[in-house]
Amino acid sequence: MKPDDKRDAVLGRVLGPGAPELSCEQCFEELDRYVELSLAGEAADARIPGMRAHLDGCPACAEDFASLRDLVTQEGD
Amino acid sequence: MATALMTAPAEISWVDRLRAEGAEGQAAVGDLHALLLRAARFEIGRRAAELPHLRGGDQEDLAQQAADDALMAVLRKLDQFRGESRFTTWAYKFALLEAAVRVRKRAWQGREIPLEDEAWNAFADAGAPAGRGAEDAELFAALREEIERSLSDRQREVLVAVALNGVPIDVLAERLGSTRGALYKNLHDARRKLRAALAARGFRVGTGGEEEA
Repeated sequence: MKPDDKRDAVLGRVLGPGAPELSCEQCFEELDRYVELSLAGEAADARIPGMRAHLDGCPACAEDFASLRDLVTQEGD
Repeated sequence: MATALMTAPAEISWVDRLRAEGAEGQAAVGDLHALLLRAARFEIGRRAAELPHLRGGDQEDLAQQAADDALMAVLRKLDQFRGESRFTTWAYKFALLEAAVRVRKRAWQGREIPLEDEAWNAFADAGAPAGRGAEDAELFAALREEIERSLSDRQREVLVAVALNGVPIDVLAERLGSTRGALYKNLHDARRKLRAALAARGFRVGTGGEEEA
């Protein structure tokens, strides 16, 4: 990792997204809809405000999102 | 009932089948468990590298436990399914969550949560001489000061563990007798305080309008 990348990564983890975001509970509530909107190419971020910022700030919820997206994608193949 | 017999199984809603009495309901619960088990195996399979010492049989046990708990959660929350996604996508998320939490906890079983000192080394590495020189050194020094000064003990503990040391938030929640949501609130509040403190000291850190939210 380049020095600037490392710097930005550390600052990102410590200071977070700095934008209005959902809570973990709200994120879980909306996760299935967000995944389907994303995979359908719809404006998921506009339809569910605060979701993207939360996924940027919460590593665990981001992993849950990636897993659901990949599973649904695989099931659709 | 002629209508039901003429309707293909896939077209009968999951919720109706799961609410049915008798053999139909039991069959639906069995189908749901199979679906959740598939999701749990998927999650544990993709995380296998986190559990290098876990044998195949143990992985299957984890998947079964995750599917069992996810089944209970789905049945308990059936009334909350709003039909805004496919039922299978909605149900999968419960199994994936149960499986992921189990893997994270198993991977950290018996491990100490890293001490604060270890985190500061990574912090110093990232901040001091890299890229933008003196300005960065000042920013990281100020950030470290504000972490010590502006945060509550709980906020500092969560920030250092999760954001600096990479401790999974579910693992920390278990150790502290808390929940992911409650600890993320601590982390979120800590980040907001730090951004505000840095901005007050003249550093340019985005707040993205969060203060107005």
